[in-house]
Amino acid sequence: MYKYDEYDQQMVDVRVEEFRDQVRRRLSGELTEDQFKPLRLQNGLYLQLHAYMLRVAVPYGTLSSVQMRLLGDIADKYDRGYGHFTTRQNIQYNWIKLEDTPDILAELAKVEMHAIQTSGNCIRNISSDQFAGAAADEIIDPRPYAELLRQWSSFHPEFLVLPRKFKICVIASDTDRAAMRLHDIGIKMVKNDAGEIGAQFYAGGGMGRTPMIAPMIREFVPLDQLITFSEACLRVYNRYGRRDNKYKARIKILVHELGRDEYVRQVEEEFAHLLTQPIEPPLAELERIKAHFADPAFEAGLSEELDLSDPDFRLWVGRNTQAHKQAGYVVATISLKPVGGIPGDATADQIRLMADLGRDYSFDELRVTHAQNIVLPHVRKADLYTVWKALDDAGLATANLDTVGDIIACPGLDYCSLANARSIPVAQKISERFGSAERQAQIGELKLKISGCINACGHHHAGHIGILGVDKKGLENYQLLFGGSEGADTSLAKIIGPGFTEDGVVDAVEKATEVYLANKQGEERFLDTYRRIGMDPFKEAIYG
Amino acid sequence: MVEVQFRFRDDEAVNDPAVTVDSFAEQSNATAVRIEPGDDARTLLPQLDRLSLVEVNFPAWTDGRGYSSARILREAGYKGEMRAVGDLVIDMLGHLQRCGFDAFAPDKALNPTDAQNAFGRWDNVYQATVVDGRQAIWAKRHPA
Repeated sequence: MYKYDEYDQQMVDVRVEEFRDQVRRRLSGELTEDQFKPLRLQNGLYLQLHAYMLRVAVPYGTLSSVQMRLLGDIADKYDRGYGHFTTRQNIQYNWIKLEDTPDILAELAKVEMHAIQTSGNCIRNISSDQFAGAAADEIIDPRPYAELLRQWSSFHPEFLVLPRKFKICVIASDTDRAAMRLHDIGIKMVKNDAGEIGAQFYAGGGMGRTPMIAPMIREFVPLDQLITFSEACLRVYNRYGRRDNKYKARIKILVHELGRDEYVRQVEEEFAHLLTQPIEPPLAELERIKAHFADPAFEAGLSEELDLSDPDFRLWVGRNTQAHKQAGYVVATISLKPVGGIPGDATADQIRLMADLGRDYSFDELRVTHAQNIVLPHVRKADLYTVWKALDDAGLATANLDTVGDIIACPGLDYCSLANARSIPVAQKISERFGSAERQAQIGELKLKISGCINACGHHHAGHIGILGVDKKGLENYQLLFGGSEGADTSLAKIIGPGFTEDGVVDAVEKATEVYLANKQGEERFLDTYRRIGMDPFKEAIYG
Repeated sequence: MVEVQFRFRDDEAVNDPAVTVDSFAEQSNATAVRIEPGDDARTLLPQLDRLSLVEVNFPAWTDGRGYSSARILREAGYKGEMRAVGDLVIDMLGHLQRCGFDAFAPDKALNPTDAQNAFGRWDNVYQATVVDGRQAIWAKRHPA
């Protein structure tokens, strides 16, 4: 994985000092909270309902074991002994003291981490496929391109006060595991007819109150124009994105209001101009970065055998592991969704244990997924049982990846100052209702996503089943949506009818699964059955 | 008139009254223009030669359109004074400078020590913006 050189290190060190200075000016009263707010937001620090929340960047979701271990230590030292992994592949701490933040950032900088641009109206942490570099189906590892973009977007002087936040995602396989087309810019690395690698650009996707699927805006951007093209996309947005209404300020609204073709015309015009400016790093820089992502020293000729005689292990292997590009290895996902737990939360001890497993059994690498789980990307099949035993002992071996128990949920009204309703208790109740492994196995893949408000941090628009918490005359109420997908077959979920109470929505989800099981044909997933039979049979069962 | 608090130029300060972008084309003797956030800086390109002062107004520092305006003019070869005016905050001074601003007239005077720290904060930068004449980190990594 990528290692900082002296320049990268200096950038994060300088940032720590700058932020320390900003906090000093705030604490001395030189800065009012209003003045401080946009500054702290550029550094991932939110003032939430009960305390400050600090969001630490995990670029494209990749972590070393040393970094992971520090995340656990920070949870102990500065928080309440746990951290929360997010849908942006980052980690958040919910109980932070303002005066501690410069020291936390200084500790992070020592292991090449930071909180730069994890919030605010700027280019955010760049996300990617959590199986990058390991997946059997990718055409190339997408992370070097994400790293190139990370550096370009860090403190880009022209794009620090955009109309609104800006999220970029880079993937490199047909199976989209990162919701690429639901980003402000989605980039898919592709191979053209001549066999050259390039970047396919999508723009104007997003969730929030106006969910949109990004249209393709350019089929192929050559690698030596990647930064220049990105810069053109951003400049058009910075100049013409709406600033009169924060709910209409995302690039999706600009692309929608101009129309895709007009946005493309403007970008191409700006691109043609910017190509005359010497702003593109040489390909040698991309090659330098790529060298950091060379495959680890995989052993050749390993056995593909796995002893599956332990039934619990067999269940977990079937559910939580994926094919690896290298024979004898697997990709293993650690579910942070135990029955009745808080999706994405891990204790300091669990974080350190995962760090150790990453160090000992996965070439020192871990990944955070947008579904709020952790991945050990390169585990030898011969070690898998040992790894699983260690996870099981730590309460981390829940075999529910992509099932109804593997819920994405935002922090909701338990923490968030924007929320209308709680998300976590709904997630807990649903995971308890469907707690039995047999039942989850019977229902199979069912992606359920819960947001506590219309901002859609819990990705409810992209859920096979989505749940949206709303405030109805002072009472928490939950809308149910069906048919969303974040995969290569991206679709937006539709509201099925009137909302429910907290318990009512759990009952409704259960009824929906019954309708699915009664109508399922062959190997259909819930989503496939829903797409085939439509909403009516579900509505009848739920509303009677 | 708002005072220029920081200026990084050796030439004499221009203090001609700035006209709006809309009226600049007809005001054939005007040498100073003021760009508001919604203005298209590119409409000035045919008359760059007679400009010696461009003011870019930031009614609120969180509106970042002026950063693009400044860079566009510098990319087109404008060499005169580029003055940021309005709601300027210390923490953005260095970034404004990198987009081509070389004079700063904040609504409210800024703490000079903090401001000097902000201008000198970044020894290195990740991007080549042409206008600030600084080498990007990638260029230092791969000397020609």
